[in-house]
Amino acid sequence: MIPLSHYLILGAILFALSVTGIFLNRKNLILLLMCIELMLLAVNMNFVAFSHYLGDLAGQIFVFFILTVAAAEAAIGLAILVLVFRNRQTINVQDLDEMKG
Amino acid sequence: MSFEQFLFYFFSTILVASAVAMITVRNPVHAALFLVLAFFTSAAHWIMLEAEFLGILLVLVYVGAVMVLFLFVVMMLDINVARVREGFVRLLPVGLVVAVGMMVVMAMVVGARVFQLESPGRADADYSNTEAIGQLLYTEYVYPFEIAAVILLVAIIAAIVLTLRRRPDSRYMDPAEQIKVQRKDRVRLIKMEAEKK
Repeated sequence: MIPLSHYLILGAILFALSVTGIFLNRKNLILLLMCIELMLLAVNMNFVAFSHYLGDLAGQIFVFFILTVAAAEAAIGLAILVLVFRNRQTINVQDLDEMKG
Repeated sequence: MSFEQFLFYFFSTILVASAVAMITVRNPVHAALFLVLAFFTSAAHWIMLEAEFLGILLVLVYVGAVMVLFLFVVMMLDINVARVREGFVRLLPVGLVVAVGMMVVMAMVVGARVFQLESPGRADADYSNTEAIGQLLYTEYVYPFEIAAVILLVAIIAAIVLTLRRRPDSRYMDPAEQIKVQRKDRVRLIKMEAEKK
């Protein structure tokens, strides 16, 4: 049988990989959004694993809500992305320096 | 190695490999497709963990809706791939250091003895995960469920309003104006003498 820590380490690997992805692809807004999706997946993996091993369905309910919010976030994020591209003809993060931040 | 362990390592390998491919490939379309593969293998993991409902939900909602939306947007935008890759090699060591550091710290935490829990065993054949989640969702978590519905409504309206655009240069008809038209707006009768030959 597979102990719980295997799933937790798998989630940790996914999370670390998505953080690396944010470092590597920090020019491209759309890849940043995808890395955030991967991060949420890693967190959800932990929730589902705990839910199974502790025999408590609350973890799965939580994953359900995270999926809902992530879907809403992706929809609004992509809408903003399309708007940015329409106005600036680029989604390169370096070019979005209007506010001199 | 039991069949279950074999499945776990098989799906984990594909999952980690597709995540690595996703963050390193050149083309954003390929990255989106690798993310789809990652979602699929995660769904397999979740089904192995007896979360069948969430596994199917992940495939339907994420692969079926969210990733298709991503692919639409990626293909709609004209992205300069060469510019996107600028600084990739320069940032690779930093990213690797952060990833390995984070990985080591998290492995130290979750590798502890507390988390070496053994599986509680399989549920009975007549156990329905969907039914159990439904029971809980519509009783104990009914208010969060309604709030989730409101969040989705807000997302729908926000996405439509953000991407709606008026085009003043394109011609279109306004039905209200057309209905309001009176005879005097369109027809003008003129009295005039008959022309001589």
